[in-house]
This record gives sequence, C-alpha cells and structure tokens, in this order.
Amino acid sequence: MSLVNFTAREITCKIVYYGPGRSGKTTNLQYVFGRVPETRRGRMVSLATHGDRTLFFDFLPIELGSISGFTTRFQLYTVPGQSYYNATRKLVLQGADGVVFVADSQARRFDDNIESLQNLQENLLEQGVDVRQMPIVFQYNKQDLPRDLVLARADLDEALNFRGVESFAADALHGSGVFETLKGISELVLRKLAVGGPAA
Amino acid sequence: MSGLNPQFRFDTLVVGAANRLAATAARAVAEAPGTVYNPLFIYARPGLGKTHLLMAMGHAAAAIDPRLAVEYVTADAFLESFATAVAGGQGEAHRRRFSDVGLLLLDDVQFLSQRREAQAELIRLIDGLQAAARQIVLASDRPPAEIEGLDERLIRRFAGGLVIDILAPDYETRVAILRRRAEERGVAFGPGVLEAAASADSDSVRELIGSLNRLIAFQAASDAPLDPMQARLLLGSPEPAGIEAQDSVPPAEWSPPGPASAALPPEAAPRDEFADFLSEVSATVSQQVESWRARVAEAVLRWEGEGYRTARLERLLSEEVVADPHAVLDGYAEDVARLRAIGAELAEGAPALAGSAELFDPDNVAAAEALLERARHGVNPPPAPSPHWRLESFLEGASNRIAVRAAQSVAAEGPGRYNPFVIVGASGVGKTHLLHGLGNALAARGGVVACLGAHEFVDELIDAIDREATAAWRARYRAVDAFLLDDVHVVAGKDRTQDELFLLFNLLLESGRQMAFTSAVPLADMQGIEPRLLTRLEGGLVVELPAPDRALRQAAIERLLAARLDGVDPELAAYIAARPADSMRSALGLVQRVLNAAEVQQVHPTAALAREVLEGPVTRGPRRAASRVSGVLAPTAGGIRSREKMVWEWPDAAARLIEEWR
Repeated sequence: MSLVNFTAREITCKIVYYGPGRSGKTTNLQYVFGRVPETRRGRMVSLATHGDRTLFFDFLPIELGSISGFTTRFQLYTVPGQSYYNATRKLVLQGADGVVFVADSQARRFDDNIESLQNLQENLLEQGVDVRQMPIVFQYNKQDLPRDLVLARADLDEALNFRGVESFAADALHGSGVFETLKGISELVLRKLAVGGPAA
Repeated sequence: MSGLNPQFRFDTLVVGAANRLAATAARAVAEAPGTVYNPLFIYARPGLGKTHLLMAMGHAAAAIDPRLAVEYVTADAFLESFATAVAGGQGEAHRRRFSDVGLLLLDDVQFLSQRREAQAELIRLIDGLQAAARQIVLASDRPPAEIEGLDERLIRRFAGGLVIDILAPDYETRVAILRRRAEERGVAFGPGVLEAAASADSDSVRELIGSLNRLIAFQAASDAPLDPMQARLLLGSPEPAGIEAQDSVPPAEWSPPGPASAALPPEAAPRDEFADFLSEVSATVSQQVESWRARVAEAVLRWEGEGYRTARLERLLSEEVVADPHAVLDGYAEDVARLRAIGAELAEGAPALAGSAELFDPDNVAAAEALLERARHGVNPPPAPSPHWRLESFLEGASNRIAVRAAQSVAAEGPGRYNPFVIVGASGVGKTHLLHGLGNALAARGGVVACLGAHEFVDELIDAIDREATAAWRARYRAVDAFLLDDVHVVAGKDRTQDELFLLFNLLLESGRQMAFTSAVPLADMQGIEPRLLTRLEGGLVVELPAPDRALRQAAIERLLAARLDGVDPELAAYIAARPADSMRSALGLVQRVLNAAEVQQVHPTAALAREVLEGPVTRGPRRAASRVSGVLAPTAGGIRSREKMVWEWPDAAARLIEEWR
C-alpha cells in the first residue's frame, strides 16, 4: 500500500486496531463512525456473529478531503480478537501504516493482552515488518470500570508498553479517549511522510 | 555573498516596537559597514528574527556595494571549519579566509560557550577586521554576559560596539506579520481571523508562522472559509473581551455515541471531535507534505553557498504541484556529486580548469564532462607513435624472430599477454621502429597511446616542475591506454623521473594498461636505476633484438633500393649486405653512401661503384699504409666491425658530413 502518492496526489493511511477479543476495537470504530459527518465517511463494513463478536474484520473508510492538495483518506480496520482467527489477523495487518493496540484494562484480562501483543509482534515479523519501525500507540480501554477491577495506566504501560510509545486511557463505549488515540496514531503515521519520503 | 536566504531581506522584515531599534541599527550598519557600531551584537530569544536581520544586512550591504565580500556563518559552522583547519595545519588559511570579508555575519554565538580556542580565534578575527575597517555583526540567543564561559575580552569587545536586543512582537506587529505572510502565501482569510490568531500567546515569530500554517491547512480542508471563532478554537486563543455569548462554544463534554446529526452543523456541535481530528491531521499533513519546500529551500541555500547554480531547485519552489520533489532533490545531489568528481579529477590533472564555471552548473553536467574530456586528451595529448614506423614494415628474420613475434603478439592481444614488454638491443638494431610499430598497432585497437623517448620524458618532467604543473603532466600519462618509452636506460641516475615512472608503472599495471620499453643496455647491466623499477621491468617479457644477420640486411637493402631505384641490382644488394655492419642503421647507411656517390657521378649504382665507394680505389692502399705509420693502429674487424666508421675509409668529407647529419 502506498502511504503517499505524489503523482496521484493522494495520501492513504491504513490503521489497524489490534488487541484481544472483547477489548473494544469495534466499539472504537463505531464511536468514530458516529462522529464523522455522513459526507466524509463510507459505509462501515462489519461482519459480526450473533453474539456481536467480530467474525472477519471491521472496516471504516474516512475521507478527509483535500489537504495541501492531497486527497487524504483514512482506512480504519479491526482484527478479530479471538485466537483462532490468526489467519484473518495476518491478512488485515498486511500493508498497515499504523497499529492501535487496544488492551482490556481489566486485571483478569492481563494475560490475554500479553498474548495478543506477542501475536501482533509475531505476525509483523512474519510479514518482514520491523516492529520498531511500525507506528503504534496503546489504548487502555474500559478505564471507566471500578478501580478494583482494572489496572492503572502506569501498570499497563509497564507490562505492555516497553517501547515507551504514546498510550491513552479510554472508555470507548462513551467515547473518552477514542479520538485522542486516533489523533495519536495519525500523527505518528503522517510524520513518517517526511522521515521516510514517498513510500513505494 | 554566501549562505544568505533570499527571503530574509529588510523589505520582508516587519518592524514594530520590539525590533525597531535593532532594525535601525542594522540598516545603519548595512549602509556603511565598518563605520558605525562595530561590532554589532544582536540578541533575542529564538524565533524573534535575529537571523532574518543578519541576512537582511547582508543583502542590503551587497546591494549597495556589490564588490563587498559578505559572509554569513553560524558559530557551529565557524567552530567546525576552525577545528578542521587546525587539524589539517591550515589555521592560517582559515584566518585569511575571514580576514578578506567586508561584512562578517556570525550567528548563534552562544555555541562558542566554553570553546576557548575558538573564542581566541574570534578575538583575533574581530581585532583584524576592526583594524581593517571591516564590519562584524554577531547574533545570540542571550546577552554576551550570560553566555557561559565567554572570554572576558570578547565581552569587552562586544560592549565596545553596540549590544542590542529584540523583544517578542506586540499584538500589532504580530497581526502585521501574519498579514504579510498570508499575502506571500497567496491565502486570504475572513475579517478578524488573523487578528484572532495574533491574540494567541506566542513567544516567537516562528510559533506565529506555525499558527498561520494551521489556519491555512484547516481552511484548505474546509468547505467554507474560517471565521474568527474557529480560528480561536483551532489555536487556543483567548476570547476577546465583550464577545457575545451566542458566539462562544459551550464547554467540552462527552456525547453518547451515535451518528452525527445532520441538523447540527459541525461547528455548532457541543464538541466536534471529528473537526478537531481533521484540524490536527490537516496541520500535520500540511506540515509534512509542505516540508519538501523547506527541504528544497535548505538545499538551495546549501548548494548556492557552495557556489552551485540552483535554478533547477528554484524552479521547483515556484511550482504549485511537484510530482516527486524527493527525486528532484536526489537527482540534483547526484549531479553535484558528479561535478565534484569531475572537479577533483581536473584539480589533479588540469588545475587551471578546476575553477571553471562548467563545474558549478548541475543542469549542464554534459559541459563539465566535455571539459574533462578535453582536459584528458584534447588540450595537450601525450606524444603519439610516429606514423612512419609500422609493425607490418618491420622486417622479420631468423635473428629477430622472437622479438618481432612477441611484439606482434602484444599488438594482437593487448596487455593480457606481456606487460611490460621490454626490447633490449644495441643502438641502430630497430628498437625504436619496433616500439613505434607496436604503438601504432595498439593505437589502431583504439585508445590513447603515448610513445616517446626517455629524453623527451625527462625534459617534459623538468619543464612541468619548472611550471609547477607536475599534476597536469602526471595526469596526462595516467590517462593513456598504453605507454611506450624508448631508451629507458636514459633515466639512470635521474631519481625524480624514476619516482614518477615507478608510480606511473604501478598505476598502469594495476589498471591493466599496456606498457613497453626499449633499452640499449641489458637490464642486468643497468646502473643507476632503482631496483624497485628494474625488477618491475624484468617482471614482464624482456626480448633481445640482436644485430641483423646478413639475410635480414640484404632484405632491408633490397627494399630500400627498390624504393629509390627503378630496379634492384641483386649483385649490389648482396655486396652491401656482405659488408660488415653491426646494425641495420649502419647497413642502410652504406646504401645511402653508394646512392649519394651515384647521384654525384650521375651514374646508375652498381656493385662496382659500391666497391669503389666503400672500399676506395686500389691506389689508396699505400695511403692507408702511410696512415698506419702515423701510429694509429686500426683495430681488426673483431674490435670495430664497421669499417666505414673509420674516417680514413671515407672517400670524401661530404659523405662523412652526410652520415653525421643523418
């Protein structure tokens, strides 16, 4: 995927929301979908099971219009969190320009977070992507739950965010931290325009 | 004038209360450098226009007096060049470089903090410039006294001129700056928008320009022009006093998720998160995408500072849409690299051409290539083999078969066969003919063949040393495809020539180019030649070219007679060939004598005439005997076989003179 196409004057950013099942990835996209004016958004594709679990992936295209002469669009994807859908995760991860890792802040989901993060690193590595070069931010979701059920942002940072990238506390259901996360990853992805020059 | 941003001029400088004093002083200095406020020291927090002011002075001073040398340099660049000069033992050259400057603009002086050596150098420089009534202007982000570890003497010198500061721009100046920059960018805003932006807390002009960039980006991505309220929201500016309540946006609060209501325009929503997001993305994209312009501008400054023509890059800046600016920058850098390589080669081979204008125009690398090509071959090519001596015309016989076949083999196969190829033989046996013949054969294969005598080689070197042009002389031979040197024994005792020959030898051998040498002295008997050179000569193929045998002499004589007469008299040729001769030259000399005598006597040359010419009339016998009485004893043929070289054997003085002349 070409991040910036100088000839066609297009910028396309593919951002993948990654994380364990039921951590709130689809909820993030739904909140964003709800806030984007109709004229700016495409149809949100969501393939879900009866239990509202993501079966394949969610896809939300957002048209940001012409910025500095470049037609700019964001494509937001989620991956299915359940461990047996790894093939789909690999597929969705292909060509990603940035990753939002949505962690479930609940203490009981601690191991699921670790496992999913390791899975992300394995899948990136398998695709020949240097994990250190991939723009990534962490979102610690469900911070609205009672304090005794969730881990603090500092604890989650220590457990997951060993690269010290930007992290956001969030309550995706009510929207808190959703756009902050999206801004954070967008900034990282777009900064690569200048650093990396035109992508192939 | 070097290193000045063309945008930073007095006419693009917005002057307000905060910088009026500094701007006035700067103008006064620019109009009469070295006469008022010397040195002029300007300090201000980053982003308040110090560099702009410095460069504006440079432009103005140069416009008034185009002959004035203006130099802009940052303190860290000054430090780096000073350190490099000192490391290379060129401290004095570094000093000279700045001592000729009429207006020196030294930016970011705070970087001299704790650099004692560089500070001492700067003191010397200031003293030198002041003594010569030349101007120095310095800029720093803090006053001299606050620069840590700054030499007291420097502080005193700065105080002796004028130390002046620039403050943060006031509101009116900020508005004026925004208006001017928006106009330069060709962007129009609604009433009150720029004023709203100017009301934001801003510590520097750079921040102000950043705010303007945000506004431009947001407006470009919006369907409708910005209004002042949106500008304030975007930039976090305080609301002006007395603003109507309905114009203000309610405090941010979280809304439940759900589709955006069509009834509520984005700006009327309690908090338009998407608009915020769009604003941030727009600013980032604008900054990043437009960063190529900054990179191109930096490149223009850099290359222009180094003297290269930057028309290609300047065209890029003037274009609205550029397909791939990175490729253009990379291509330009590649062309500059090629020009530098050409310049380096010219500096080595033809220093007089090293400063040519062709070497500074990346848009016309072909001209530089042509210049290099001319320098390599066209201007002063090395001596070529004589066209009169061809390898095909070299007579082959039993005595010289090995040497001739080897030469033919070298000519046919090139340096892969025998390199170097060394021909050893007495004077007059045909070494030079064989060498030049080989040279012509090699030249026919293509490429430049240098073929010359060692005497000529030595003379050229002496001349080059005399003209201080050894680099050019050296490069001329280093560029050849084959190098053939006649009479290499002549370099004996000439150490410098041997050094040059040794270096040339190694270079040509390593690059697989053919070399051939002749010597009248067997290599084993050579004296005064350095062993390192001698062993290299022995490392190729050394062949001996012996004196021609009788059959070979006869063939050569017949060929000469055939060329000069209508028919060849076999008896004449056989007679002359039978005469003792230790070289082909002497054998052909006999023919020449006979032909001369025939011409004088106006008769056809015959064996009888030859006998008379070469042996003399029978009546001369007693004369020869008488001469022996004089005490001079002619050696036998075993000692000197060329009887014709004995003066009393010569029939007349004219023949002797002709022979000597020949």
